[in-house]
Amino acid sequence: MFKQSLLQRLLLSDTGSKIFTAIIVVMTVVVPALNLFVPEDSIFYISTYTMTLLGKYLCFALLALSVDLVWGYLGILSLGHGAFFALGGYAMGMYLMRQIGDRGVYGNPLLPDFMVFLNWEQLPWYWYGFDMFPFALLMIFFAPGLLAFVFGWLAFRSRVTGVYLSIITQAMTYALMLAFFQNNFGFGGNNGLTDFKDLLGFNLQDDSTRAGLFIASAISLILGYAVCKFITQSRLGSIAMAIRDSESRVRFMGYRDEHIKLFVFVISAVLAGIAGALYVPQVGIINPSEFAPIRSIELVIWVAIGGRGTLYGAVLGAFVVNYTKTFFTAFAPEAWLFILGSIFVFVTIFMPKGLVGLYDQFRNRRPFKTRQGQAAKS
Amino acid sequence: MSPQDSILYLNNVSVSFDGFKAINELSLYIDKNELRCIIGPNGAGKTTMMDIITGKTRPDEGEVYFGDHVDLTKLDEAEIANLGIGRKFQKPTVFENHTVFENLSLALEGSRNVFENLFYKYNQEKLDKIEESLEIIGLTAEKDRHAGELSHGQKQWLEIGMLITQNPQVLLVDEPVAGMTHQESERTAELLTTLAEKHSVVVVEHDMEFVRSIAKRVTVLHQGHVLAEGSMESIQNNKKVIEVYLGD
Repeated sequence: MFKQSLLQRLLLSDTGSKIFTAIIVVMTVVVPALNLFVPEDSIFYISTYTMTLLGKYLCFALLALSVDLVWGYLGILSLGHGAFFALGGYAMGMYLMRQIGDRGVYGNPLLPDFMVFLNWEQLPWYWYGFDMFPFALLMIFFAPGLLAFVFGWLAFRSRVTGVYLSIITQAMTYALMLAFFQNNFGFGGNNGLTDFKDLLGFNLQDDSTRAGLFIASAISLILGYAVCKFITQSRLGSIAMAIRDSESRVRFMGYRDEHIKLFVFVISAVLAGIAGALYVPQVGIINPSEFAPIRSIELVIWVAIGGRGTLYGAVLGAFVVNYTKTFFTAFAPEAWLFILGSIFVFVTIFMPKGLVGLYDQFRNRRPFKTRQGQAAKS
Repeated sequence: MSPQDSILYLNNVSVSFDGFKAINELSLYIDKNELRCIIGPNGAGKTTMMDIITGKTRPDEGEVYFGDHVDLTKLDEAEIANLGIGRKFQKPTVFENHTVFENLSLALEGSRNVFENLFYKYNQEKLDKIEESLEIIGLTAEKDRHAGELSHGQKQWLEIGMLITQNPQVLLVDEPVAGMTHQESERTAELLTTLAEKHSVVVVEHDMEFVRSIAKRVTVLHQGHVLAEGSMESIQNNKKVIEVYLGD
């Protein structure tokens, strides 16, 4: 039972992780059950809309986790993590497009609708293999991972750090957005990929499929959390934090900081890609706006609001901000960005450790004096 | 002294920043298991010299060799550190958010690649090594405290402790007693003297009293150049040295 005990050790290592694990495990069981087995007129019934919304939040939480891994533990403020999320999403979207087959508007058995519309004769080579789920799954891991590897290898080797690195991550996602907007790039241009029918043979409109996706998202979040915990609790995590705090010192101890950064960055990108792949079938569309720089900046705000460098703080931040967003965009959509900005400023000034830091902040307020008193006595 | 016996060998090294010659035709040889002190006024090029040896700065001209045939000018910081050259910085740079134990553990020799560290396990030998250096630097009681909570002197010792667990052949120590009390300086002097039994130690220091207490051989740098070299006594009586440094 070594594996189980490892997982338990990772998920139950501190209070925050215990609360996180408990809530997500309960959600995994209760939400789909209340959707599928409770009659619609019961007050306990959870609508498919709500379940899908929560499923989206779970994907966002996994995405926030990936940002926290590089920002909170490695000190890399990535303002381009949306790109990895979107690439994972596109890989899933391509599989879903191929699954449509001849049920599209134009009824072409091989070519997706947008290609028929553009008068394309044949499938571009990079669409080959996406009719097979295992291949698509591989690409969900591989595409974001490869981008992160190439980008990280070039950036870390040249010792680009700090705000300069943040700026080029922005440029990266912006460049990808422009490329994906092009019709002849082969990914549906402006409209992206949509009109999905089924996944692994299950109709995407069915409640049971939605419940399955919800459960898959929750399990991915828990496993992603365990992976992040494993890395951050290992000696590698300790080195990563040392790099965050004093990079050149780590180098003078003989560590190849660029290799360590590259490894963590690639893992983080893969996690973001998985989040994107789970997100796309739940919202039913992926388009280039996911690459927009503003989206990536929002992710960082989720993590900052929740509390950086704790992992569970990132999850909390993703839920809180996105719930607030859903709430406000329903009746004051134009005010949302102002509200988000205000929350961000408020949190940065008054809650430097985010929402999860509040507990410590209040607990330490009064004992601070007594602790100083003790220090003086000793 | 012949270059063959030396562990560190700098020959005619020059480097300039924006036209200012920080190091000017500097030649320096450090022997195995030698404790060498390097003194000199501000701007004499002491820290730049360390930067050159550890690969942070590339010299414009000259040779820098480690042992007989390793050309340090071709290597980067991590490679040089792994060859066995450790460095303590002027400002104590310990990892403040890590515990004292973790600081020493990170420096521990061996295991420098990604996957070794991802699946790293402590064994008794490694733990003993860390305990041993905790004892040497006198921080056993503080081992689980965050390094950021330590006093200035303790941080300096912790950084020396990190050099001990890293176990390099050459230790470059930049101003180890800056900001220390008299007693702390004495402890540090003892520490460095003990270290010099097994390692070559190069100490850059301003504090003349401290240098007097540990030095066997002293090199005086002035304007990026070696002004004089010899025992502390001969240095103290050297007219040129008195003029530029000791005199004031």
